Amino acid sequence: MLSFIVRRLLQTLPIILAVAALIFLMFSVIPGTFASSMSDDGRSVLDAEVMARMNKEFGLEDPVYVRFGKYIAQLATFDLGTSFRSRQPVADVIAERLWPTAQLALASMLFAIAVGVPLGFIAALRPGSWIDTFSMVGAVSGLSLPKFWLGLMLMYLFALVLGWLPSFGYGGGSLRYLILPSIALGVAPLALLARTTRAAVLEIMNADFVRTARSKGMSESKVVRWHLTRNALVIILTTIGLQFGTVIGQAVVIEKLFSWPGLGSLLVDSVTLRDIPVVQGSILVIVLLFLLINMLVDVLCAIIDPRIKYT
Amino acid sequence: MTGQPILEVENLRIDLALGGKRFPAVQDVSFTIDRGETLGLVGESGCGKSITALSLIGLLRDPLMIGGGTIRFNGREIQNLSASEMRKLRGNRISMIFQEPMTALNPLSPVGRQIAEMFVLHKGASWNEAEKLAVEALASVRVPAPERRVKDYPHQLSGGMRQRVMIAIALACGPDLLLADEPTTALDVTVQAEILDLIRELSSAKGTAVLMISHDLGLIANMCRRVGVMYAGRLVEERNAEDVFRSPSHPYTRGLVASLPQLGARARHGRQRLKEIAGVVPPVSAFPEGCRFNPRCYASTERCRAEDPGVTALGDGSFVRCHHHE
Repeated sequence: MLSFIVRRLLQTLPIILAVAALIFLMFSVIPGTFASSMSDDGRSVLDAEVMARMNKEFGLEDPVYVRFGKYIAQLATFDLGTSFRSRQPVADVIAERLWPTAQLALASMLFAIAVGVPLGFIAALRPGSWIDTFSMVGAVSGLSLPKFWLGLMLMYLFALVLGWLPSFGYGGGSLRYLILPSIALGVAPLALLARTTRAAVLEIMNADFVRTARSKGMSESKVVRWHLTRNALVIILTTIGLQFGTVIGQAVVIEKLFSWPGLGSLLVDSVTLRDIPVVQGSILVIVLLFLLINMLVDVLCAIIDPRIKYT
Repeated sequence: MTGQPILEVENLRIDLALGGKRFPAVQDVSFTIDRGETLGLVGESGCGKSITALSLIGLLRDPLMIGGGTIRFNGREIQNLSASEMRKLRGNRISMIFQEPMTALNPLSPVGRQIAEMFVLHKGASWNEAEKLAVEALASVRVPAPERRVKDYPHQLSGGMRQRVMIAIALACGPDLLLADEPTTALDVTVQAEILDLIRELSSAKGTAVLMISHDLGLIANMCRRVGVMYAGRLVEERNAEDVFRSPSHPYTRGLVASLPQLGARARHGRQRLKEIAGVVPPVSAFPEGCRFNPRCYASTERCRAEDPGVTALGDGSFVRCHHHE
């Protein structure tokens, strides 16, 4: 088990290298630097000399492979560099934003799991019933709604019309502020989880071992509790792990919309400013989070399913 | 009580609902099984033998359902029992072994626990007691080191071992009737014999009657005194096992017996095509008029195409369903 975890952690290294290389490549192709972005308001023209000095200061005049090498060397000492904008260590900037994003991602996934999984179960156990039809139509709609639109509608209804919840902001971490963005972000994974759960349960319902369980004289509720749930859980857990990645990625839109001070909005701002060290750092942290969560899922699956080997 | 058969099936019909219509997948099936007796049921795939067994244990699922007839178990009609009444019989008094030992056990549950469930469900045992009884049950099907094996998961056991576990489950509560649906089809030949011996031995020790379903005539001949032959949802012949092989009455049974490959036949007669019955079993929605076997029958006449042959008694409880029986 421990060697499995260590091996998985080592496997993340090449992925991180690849991600870092990709970002470097991207920023060497798109036009604009941190210095030029300072004068992007179209009125002031930054002195060419000042721009050159800034570029030199940030080490931006070196060729891209030299900068990449330096960055990787830096990364090896767990140093993410210094933000161009705030002149603070990137690690500090990200640490500040990490918790709000984690809160948002966790809350929306909890919402998705708490509603989606039971819904999928009920739909599968009563196929063709109105609950089944209703929830599956709902799931398709949930998957196809644009998140920013959904966010706006939630704001309109619960903040503006009903006045129950604050429309946006972090509110110092108050739960009331967390509700609307979590729902907006959680609807898509909820829909997907409901569908996956339904499909998994339906498939297992037709498995031979469920027929064996019935032939033992077991009631349907015992069949579900003793034989179905664990088998369905493996599939559900895997879906949850993958959905975590999607949620963190899509948090960018929701965080911007709800002025949520998380990694997503930090990322958007830093891209606009060409604050490369912060962009690098944020994406690496997001990738790492995704990998860690999926590693956790794999460990859980291996605990549930004895056929899975730690490899 | 002793003279009464354990199972009496009369005019059983099983319907298949397809596109709003109901087709009889099994029709006019009648047979009885005495206490402790082993009845064989043979036929090609799709002839309705498996669903007949499933109907006896109340496990038919949509789109299949019992369409008529009576099933008397221990003198009591059970085809209309409520779900909860049926559950008391199922596993406890009537149990079943399936064809695929690979998939018939829950892959995520230790086999000991899967056996123990029987004692919890039907004997009111606690999980602790049940786990102990499971070790005994596993020992009774001659699994070596049962106290260690109970903790194994199905994927750690061979096919034969898994089928032993299935037998332990099926016989855990000492049922009156065991439905064995092709219990050895998926196993190696050498393992087959062991499993069949085990079923024979344990069922006779506990006085359990067995309905042995197979497409393997040799196996049936070995295990059963009486044999029913099914074709396209009907019993076409029921005889003593010996008679069926020595002098099969129904043309279909004759075809089956003739198609048995014989060891050494090539050495004696040179290379020959294996005998087969031309054609395939018709789908449920397209059973022919008259005798259902007539399109494939060598003896088919005008009468066979027009008129459904009734049952002709041959004495001693045997019968054949053919216009041309001998």
